[in-house]
Amino acid sequence: MNKLKIFTNGFIKENPALVLILGTCPALAVTTSAMNGLGMGLATTFVLVMSNAIISLLRNFIPDKVRIPAFIVIIATFVSIVDLLIQGFVPALAESLGIFIPLIVVNCIVLGRAEAFASKNTVFDSILDGLGMGLGFTLALFVMGFFRELLGNGAILGHKFIEGDGILIFVLAPGAFLVYGFTIALMNLLPKKKSKETENVKTE
Amino acid sequence: MEYIIMILSCVLVNNIILAQFLGICSFLGVSNKVSTSLGMGMAVIFVMALSTLVTSLLQKYLLVPFNLTFLQTIVFILVIATLVQMVEIILKKISPPLYQALGIFLPLISTNCAILGIAILVTQKPDFSLLDSTLYAIFTAIGYTVAIVIFAGLREQLSLVKVPKKLDGVPIALIISGILAMAFMGFANLV
Repeated sequence: MNKLKIFTNGFIKENPALVLILGTCPALAVTTSAMNGLGMGLATTFVLVMSNAIISLLRNFIPDKVRIPAFIVIIATFVSIVDLLIQGFVPALAESLGIFIPLIVVNCIVLGRAEAFASKNTVFDSILDGLGMGLGFTLALFVMGFFRELLGNGAILGHKFIEGDGILIFVLAPGAFLVYGFTIALMNLLPKKKSKETENVKTE
Repeated sequence: MEYIIMILSCVLVNNIILAQFLGICSFLGVSNKVSTSLGMGMAVIFVMALSTLVTSLLQKYLLVPFNLTFLQTIVFILVIATLVQMVEIILKKISPPLYQALGIFLPLISTNCAILGIAILVTQKPDFSLLDSTLYAIFTAIGYTVAIVIFAGLREQLSLVKVPKKLDGVPIALIISGILAMAFMGFANLV
């Protein structure tokens, strides 16, 4: 696999939130606005890149039997770092993301990539993979946040352009499920075209 | 009276899945049949009560007195993972029938964000005693069980109907959860 493919794999083809259906909890909980989605996505990306890099560096030293606990400790360390950084520098974001920052540690994406990719590949590839997956996740959260904010508050990125309330249900709990469901359904429309394209490339 | 309000709040108003979005992975993953979802619910009640008790003890007598609260995430996740492993081993020895019923769900639970989520949430409530925390965990887990069993019932019916191909599977499950969440919003002013 070439470097570019590793990097872009997480955007559409294996988008963690929309195709692999991982990290569903933050995807539903923090997407009340596009900015929240973006913040959560970037925090997860940081953890993914750092933990992928460290795990890939240590992949020959971690005994196979204790690899999962070892991975969890490494991931939890970076989650704590992110948690403290966000609390220190962007307290407003810490307020709105709340408990979901420490919960990055149980986000299946991070452990999943550590197990499936970083423990088998070189450092550079692992960083690329972490970055690609993280940005794919960020993209999904941003899109969901964008639509929920638009429909629920009548605002784009915090700028309100209609008077009064929007369709409030979309910023409340049910809207999260509905928007997530329809976003995945929309994604289901895409891959067919995509896979045909890659097939064409292969046959050429 | 205080506890009646707490149970109503945990099960109906602030339902852990439908209002707080914790434990969605297992909610979508193990909800194909009512019987398995009931087993999962029981396992969550058991583990959540135990882990919240242990983590609250640790928080109160280790992390806070020694000013180590910044290690909370690392300590909690390791304690919960170990605890689940231990429970699995002990259950296997002591009570094989219970292990048969809950065993397969236990490994799934250690990475369930609901468990860690509640463990962290109760430490953020300063006026919670140890009993309060444990009861809160049990009631929350009952809320989880109620939601997942209802959802499994809906999904069993759903398997009989024809769903548009692009919506089949996860999307329709999420849309149904959305409608279920709307129903639970009806309880909003109860407490």
